[in-house]
Amino acid sequence: MTRALLALIRRDFRLAVRAGGGVGLPLVFFLSVVAVTPFAIGPDMKLLARVGTAILWIGALLSTLIGLDRLFGADAEDGSLDLLFAAPAPLPLVVLAKAAAHWTVTGLPLAAAAPLLGLMLNLPPEALGAVALTLLLGTPALTLLGMIGAALTVGLRRGGLLLPVLVLPMAVPVLIFGVSATNALVAGEGGSAPLMLLLAASLGSLVLAPVAAAAALKGAQS
Amino acid sequence: MIALANPARFNALSGSLLPWLAGLTAILFAVGLYQAFFVSPADYQQGETVRIMFVHVPAAWLAMFGWSLMSIASLGVLVWRHPLADVAAQAAAPIGAAFTLIALVTGSLWGRPMWGTWWEWDARLTSVLILLLMYLGVIALRAALDEPSRAARLVAILTLAGFVNIPIIKFSVDWWNTLHQPASVFRVDGPTIHPDILVPLLVNALAFTCLFVTLHLVGMRTELTRRRVRGLQLRAAEER
Amino acid sequence: MQLTADDLTVERGGRRVLEGVGVKLGPGEAMVVTGPNGAGKSTLLRALAGLLPLAQGRISVEGGDGERTAAEHMHFLGHLDGVKGALTARENIAFWADFLGGDSTATETALEAVGLGHAADLPAGTLSAGQKRRLSLARLAVARRDIWLLDEPATALDTDGLDRLASLVEIHRAAGGLVVAATHADLGWAMTKRMVLGRAV
Repeated sequence: MTRALLALIRRDFRLAVRAGGGVGLPLVFFLSVVAVTPFAIGPDMKLLARVGTAILWIGALLSTLIGLDRLFGADAEDGSLDLLFAAPAPLPLVVLAKAAAHWTVTGLPLAAAAPLLGLMLNLPPEALGAVALTLLLGTPALTLLGMIGAALTVGLRRGGLLLPVLVLPMAVPVLIFGVSATNALVAGEGGSAPLMLLLAASLGSLVLAPVAAAAALKGAQS
Repeated sequence: MIALANPARFNALSGSLLPWLAGLTAILFAVGLYQAFFVSPADYQQGETVRIMFVHVPAAWLAMFGWSLMSIASLGVLVWRHPLADVAAQAAAPIGAAFTLIALVTGSLWGRPMWGTWWEWDARLTSVLILLLMYLGVIALRAALDEPSRAARLVAILTLAGFVNIPIIKFSVDWWNTLHQPASVFRVDGPTIHPDILVPLLVNALAFTCLFVTLHLVGMRTELTRRRVRGLQLRAAEER
Repeated sequence: MQLTADDLTVERGGRRVLEGVGVKLGPGEAMVVTGPNGAGKSTLLRALAGLLPLAQGRISVEGGDGERTAAEHMHFLGHLDGVKGALTARENIAFWADFLGGDSTATETALEAVGLGHAADLPAGTLSAGQKRRLSLARLAVARRDIWLLDEPATALDTDGLDRLASLVEIHRAAGGLVVAATHADLGWAMTKRMVLGRAV
């Protein structure tokens, strides 16, 4: 069972980093969102510093959704999806393995790049570390919730458009806890309540999202 | 529930029930609206605008009632495989969304004199807004799926995922903004609203609930007919 | 190993696309399913693979590893090849060997068996349609499962490819494996059961 899951993670990772895998796209999108925001609210460095963590979280949330339709879409197009059901492992674990590979090439780089983009938004040093940490803890929840949407819309013509519509409302708590936790960390409150809630959201979705996504994939077969 | 398993029997039963339900709804509305406008006093702080509450509160209650109904129907689809469950879920979605919209609009109208703005990022209003987005998501997902049994299963999964997530969203939004006044109708130590307001409120809530059920039954009957027509069309296409 | 399916019924859009079909196969047996377009051949195979919800009927696998589910005894080859163009032929096959629980050391022999030994290190995206089909046949050989469900296995194959498919099936059956194949083409396999699906009336 472990062998099958590891093989799947390895393959998805390999596919992502090969040419045409689009590993850098969410990151470029993240950069673009952060770069255009000052054009809307003005180059006021004080204001940017105040709303910077929020911009980074919004940018990360939207970037996570980019490419999520490929999570199962690519496998559905070439027929691999049918074979994922035949693994010697429970389907929720199979989809969890896919989510893990996906997060490694999307969520993790976003968290790593956030401090750099934070510099452009005039964030104070303590906020740079805080936003990286909260994104590191929060992006798994975003990927996992997004996976439910990806499973629900697999094989749909406008699935890529429908997916954010389904996922964004569900992601509201993660956004709230994420930004609050960042602000609490900046204010010097270490293991604050919002940080714990953010962690709880990630852990909760780690348990529930694979079950829901597996049920959706199963239900999408017809 | 077993007796209702047969769509034909459901049609017969709901058909004989509908006139009574519609009549009851009309009577309850007549009583409720009369009380709301003429019996219930104006609020000493909010004046006449308090009367919008008689629409706003029932609508907000039905917004949540609608999703709960859909969730039970979704269990019916996934667990009990009841043939009418998906019809019930499908018919409830637009009605629930409509009441959610009514709750939002009346909340906004009420907010204008109360807060001085059309929209306030108040915890309850925000939660209801997100609930509306989730209703629209369910409706959009169903619209995107053309194979009925697949649509039934997927919409049911999304509905149940929402059912699990809605309390968490509610909690997070409350936590994010605790400016709104605390709950006042259902409290353990009894209602704090004056009976002159509470009684009309409950009558109106009952009237709106009856309206919901009436519309839901009509919606289910319409949907059943639509599915029968589709089945007949498919069969006609097959004949050579 | 015994594959038994009774009264298989599948509904789509409120319409029965498959109704009351039964399948019974023992060790080493093969069945070829034919019938006009829309007769439900693919539906039958997908249903056997556990990929479709059944309106009625049951599928059972007896004499296999009790630890494994029915789906884990089956190897489904659909219309689509399940080949990733960005991976090399060898990587594709090695992945399925690992993922489906096969023998990853048999990769080379499997590729040779389908005549792709020379292309093992080419990206699968550069292969022709027939070669991709061969690659998916190599998957059957490398990830050993007792029951093969082949949906139009001959698609895009030339005569050499058909011969290689036939010998893969031969070896599989000799080892006690079961095969159900849906096809339009004449596969030229020895001693097969036949099933003709008609349009549901």
